[in-house]
Amino acid sequence: MTVVKETVGIRQSGIGVSAVRPDAQEKVKGDFIFSSDLSSEGMLWGQTLRSPHASAKILSIDISDALSISGVHAVLTADDVPGENIFGLERADQPVLADDFIRYAGEPVAIVAADHPEVARKAADAIRVEYEIFSPLVDSYAAITAEAIHPEGNVIRHLNILHGDTEVVGDVVVEGEYEVGMQDQAFMGTESGMAIPSPDGSINLQISTQWLHSDQEQVATALNMPMEMVRVTLAGVGGAFGGREDVSMHVHLCMLALHTGKPVKMIYDRNESFLGHVHRHPARIWYRHHASSEGLLVKVEAKVILDGGAYASTTSAVLANACCFSIGSYSVPNASVEGWGVRTNNPPCGAMRGFGNVQTCFGVEAQMDKLAKELSLDPVEFRLANALKSGDTIITGQKITGTAPVREVLMSLANHPLPEPPSDNILERPGGTGRTTDGSHVKRGVGFAASIKNLMFSEGFDDFSEARCIVNDGFIAIQTACVEVGQGFVTLVHQIVQEILGIEKVDILPADTSIGSAGSTSASRQSWMSGGAVMKACEAVVDSLISDLSNEQGITFERIGTVLVAPDGSASIPVTDALQGRNYDETVVHRHAPTVPLDKNGQGDAHVSFAFAAHRAVVDVDEELGLVRVVEIATSQDVGRVLNPIQARGQIEGGITQGLGLAILEEIVLVDGKIQNANFTDYLLPTAMDTPTIEIAALIEEPEPNAPFGAKGIGEPPVISSTPAVVAAIRDATGLDLNRVPIRPEDIALG
Amino acid sequence: MDKDKRSTGYSLSVNDTSHEISKSWLGESLLYVLREKLGLYGSKNACEQGECGSCSVLMDGVLVCSCLVLAANATGRDIKTIESISDDDSLTDVQKAFVDAGAIQCGFCTPGLLITIHDFLETNPEPNVLEIREAISGNLCRCTGYGRIVEAVQIVSKQKSVGQGGSDDSS
Amino acid sequence: MEFHIASSTEEICSLLAEDPTREILAGGTDFMVEVNFRQKDPSAVIAIDRVPELKQWRHDGDAVSIGSCVTYREIERGPLSTIVPALAQSARTVGSPQIRNIATIGGNLGTASPAGDMIPVLLALDARVTIRSINGSRDVAIDDLITGVKETSLADNEFIEVIKVPILKGPQEFLKVGPRNAMVISIASLAMVTDPEQTTVAIALGSVTAAPSRAREAEEYIQGFLDWDAMTVSSSALPDFRRLVAEASSPINDHRSSAAYRTHAVGVLGQRALLRIFESRDDG
Repeated sequence: MTVVKETVGIRQSGIGVSAVRPDAQEKVKGDFIFSSDLSSEGMLWGQTLRSPHASAKILSIDISDALSISGVHAVLTADDVPGENIFGLERADQPVLADDFIRYAGEPVAIVAADHPEVARKAADAIRVEYEIFSPLVDSYAAITAEAIHPEGNVIRHLNILHGDTEVVGDVVVEGEYEVGMQDQAFMGTESGMAIPSPDGSINLQISTQWLHSDQEQVATALNMPMEMVRVTLAGVGGAFGGREDVSMHVHLCMLALHTGKPVKMIYDRNESFLGHVHRHPARIWYRHHASSEGLLVKVEAKVILDGGAYASTTSAVLANACCFSIGSYSVPNASVEGWGVRTNNPPCGAMRGFGNVQTCFGVEAQMDKLAKELSLDPVEFRLANALKSGDTIITGQKITGTAPVREVLMSLANHPLPEPPSDNILERPGGTGRTTDGSHVKRGVGFAASIKNLMFSEGFDDFSEARCIVNDGFIAIQTACVEVGQGFVTLVHQIVQEILGIEKVDILPADTSIGSAGSTSASRQSWMSGGAVMKACEAVVDSLISDLSNEQGITFERIGTVLVAPDGSASIPVTDALQGRNYDETVVHRHAPTVPLDKNGQGDAHVSFAFAAHRAVVDVDEELGLVRVVEIATSQDVGRVLNPIQARGQIEGGITQGLGLAILEEIVLVDGKIQNANFTDYLLPTAMDTPTIEIAALIEEPEPNAPFGAKGIGEPPVISSTPAVVAAIRDATGLDLNRVPIRPEDIALG
Repeated sequence: MDKDKRSTGYSLSVNDTSHEISKSWLGESLLYVLREKLGLYGSKNACEQGECGSCSVLMDGVLVCSCLVLAANATGRDIKTIESISDDDSLTDVQKAFVDAGAIQCGFCTPGLLITIHDFLETNPEPNVLEIREAISGNLCRCTGYGRIVEAVQIVSKQKSVGQGGSDDSS
Repeated sequence: MEFHIASSTEEICSLLAEDPTREILAGGTDFMVEVNFRQKDPSAVIAIDRVPELKQWRHDGDAVSIGSCVTYREIERGPLSTIVPALAQSARTVGSPQIRNIATIGGNLGTASPAGDMIPVLLALDARVTIRSINGSRDVAIDDLITGVKETSLADNEFIEVIKVPILKGPQEFLKVGPRNAMVISIASLAMVTDPEQTTVAIALGSVTAAPSRAREAEEYIQGFLDWDAMTVSSSALPDFRRLVAEASSPINDHRSSAAYRTHAVGVLGQRALLRIFESRDDG
């Protein structure tokens, strides 16, 4: 092999440049330490015993056999939880270890620490639990009125959005019912971490997560320890996509470490990972769309049921997104939307990339195609005629004050050239290496879809991020608690420092709870929130520098780019030079504009900013066998400003691939609440053979007011309308309704 | 062969170094031993059923999933892991292309992909896109959608084809 | 722990004779999944993947004798790919390149999964499997070896030594349906092989029956509609042929697919395989 005698250096790279990830070198050499790679002298291995039943009462737990196994150091149950045996992201409603009732198959019942992982697994097997088994509640519609399976009731949230004249009727009316299956984040690095006890009784938790401070608070409550006694440090994260926003093994690890006085490491295997984190909410959606004969939307009626599974997690916020954006990226004067987020004995559901918008986007985009067909209009023209624009009011009564280049997104995509006709190579046809499909069986289809995503936390949440900029005689360090999950925030930190201070070499201090919260790495929010905080911390250093220079020299400089310039132009000095020999340490908290909760009619300025995207999918379908090959997905996206072109492309390609997965491959299959495919043989992620060429038709750069550098978050939009675009393309090829995703071969072949 | 390996350990040759592995649970996979007994954490565990390729290593020059190799049965075989493919201060052409092409996000699948691609380019130095995609179809990546990874392979392939014209190749 | 690396077939025989509870490890790609997912806790294992005679294949008159530890990759890419093309086509669909590099033909038979991709090809080809033990050898047909879902007629002291595959001169096809374009467990597959000398068509089905199964009624039915000189088939026979292939299946509903789809798909695969080998002829 060829060896390049060169290592990765940090390039000259302010905002807008394809800067290289600072962790790239470690990652290509296998040196980057993920949470599963932690190791400590004398460490023990943790293991979780989970309920095989979806609904049951625990009658007894006998740990004596497990404890007697050589090498076992601890076997703990609900009785051993030191503090409150309850946790949860939005509301605490989930036991750390089940103490009476089991509400989903996979609920943790007991935990073990042993000197070898196989010993720990055998010990978990040796715990004898006696259950009284009940029939599980697994139907989300029935759950609304069924007997409560949790003291807090089955309806986690019921939301009404009433906007304009809800009685008006359009000239053309189309109706449809849609269903979305349960998707998994399926990050490559399963849940893992290590807890290390300190002699002073405190605990250090090193873990892959999305939100260090939320973890810290929930762990401290469960351990009955003051917050400062629980230190949470980010360990290398192997992908997240929402699935690490909730606490998983965190408290368990700390309990075992505190109990044994030894470091304890835990890694979920893939099977357990499916049980150990929340999933995308399955949805049942009904729509009735009204339009005028001229092709303008008159009213949208919708009912949305999200299956939250056994515990609340973020169901309330996911439901709000699903309902608020149930009309898609369109202007509708009148709307009546009702949503329920319900509790069932299915596995808990919560955050996944796209967060509620994914589910209703699938339905609303199908409705838009139906309406266009009914009106004999081109689907893109119809969308253009109804596209939201800046200054429009969405159905929650909120006026869009930022940018909303929906028309630009749609038009640039529609103008993008189509791909070549179907290939002559059998491997490039539906069925791939299975050699199922001859050229005569291939039908091509093209589908369009567009989407809206709210950026950052909504409904009055006090959303902030803290950043610290330390300058010490030419050495600069940035500290935040922002979690890097692969999205490239660490690259952005370098770019921001270079943009403002002109300094090339930056140390990023470990993300931990010794600084204030950065909030979660979710909701497409970290470039804006923690990026904004880093920007302001750097600016605070400049302000202090200017103040010092003013005191020393009597000149009040202002910063232009990375240079300090006297107002009259008589003097200038690069920031880097001016910082020589000086020390600063500035900590800044960044907040976005406040929002308010939705009122009883679902009205209010609940959201901060909106990002738009559109996708065009081209598919080849073998109708007779129901096999699909996605040939190409093209996209245009409203990004405000491109901060790093290559990272933006990576986010877009990765997000679209997850959307493709939901369209035709990915679903957690449940029978009576039990997962049938908790492994990568049967939970089918797209391989490189399933993933098409992804064309970026345009990235629309209209700077967003109030956004740091004018940039909108880009992580979520790619995943939202890619799914309905693929389905629309399959509908185009087959003429079938296809109202449920993922589409299985039999839905086409036997449809 | 030894008539009986009861109650004894075994040796493993990993990255040209011989290691004595103490007896333990027989079911230990090569992946587990590499990571937890030899501290070679570069090979990743993401599925333990040969579906994701994150644990890919070369065994006697053959690309395999180390999670599907019984560790005890790797004795007497030459194991090469991600840790061996470049020196401390250098990157291979493929590693460099991964960095430049933006083929890395979370990086969990990266070591397995690099082993796979190095192996693939040895036998097929100038592949087309379909060949690249089939060659990496056993390596799941959840972050990138594979686009930048395919791009990285193409970068290396182009360099190799130019390199045949006589440019310096220090392999 | 007790672990043996066998160096000869004789050694395997004696190790199994000594203690028949010892488990055979070939490529390990099924074995280790069971270990990793805690469905198997091995205590005594004999690795057979370094036995030279099991790793070889050779021409044997009108057949090839393939050692049980020949890998999918060798079948997919080596000279065998032109000698038994359908076997190579099936090998290419199995798992990932990493798996194909190490998984073996004998392992595919020994695991005896209804979704084992080589099984329908070997059954259609009337392959014979040499079973070996300290007591000697016996030859069995594929459907005598595999008796049910992950069930074989192998005794505890026996192992699969060689698979003898007849070399046919006619075209062969293997088609497999799965929701993914690569690395997918079959939800229906079909092998069709032709022997122009005997003027026979053999069809075997995968993932749609508990034990390996031929579509014999379909095979017999289509005989009367084939022109072996022109390599054509009467188009009028296609609907009934397709129906008979589908009727040879008895699939289950599971999380991978419904039985109805599997039945449908295997019929489609039968027709497509037939039309790749025989051109459709309109008899008016």
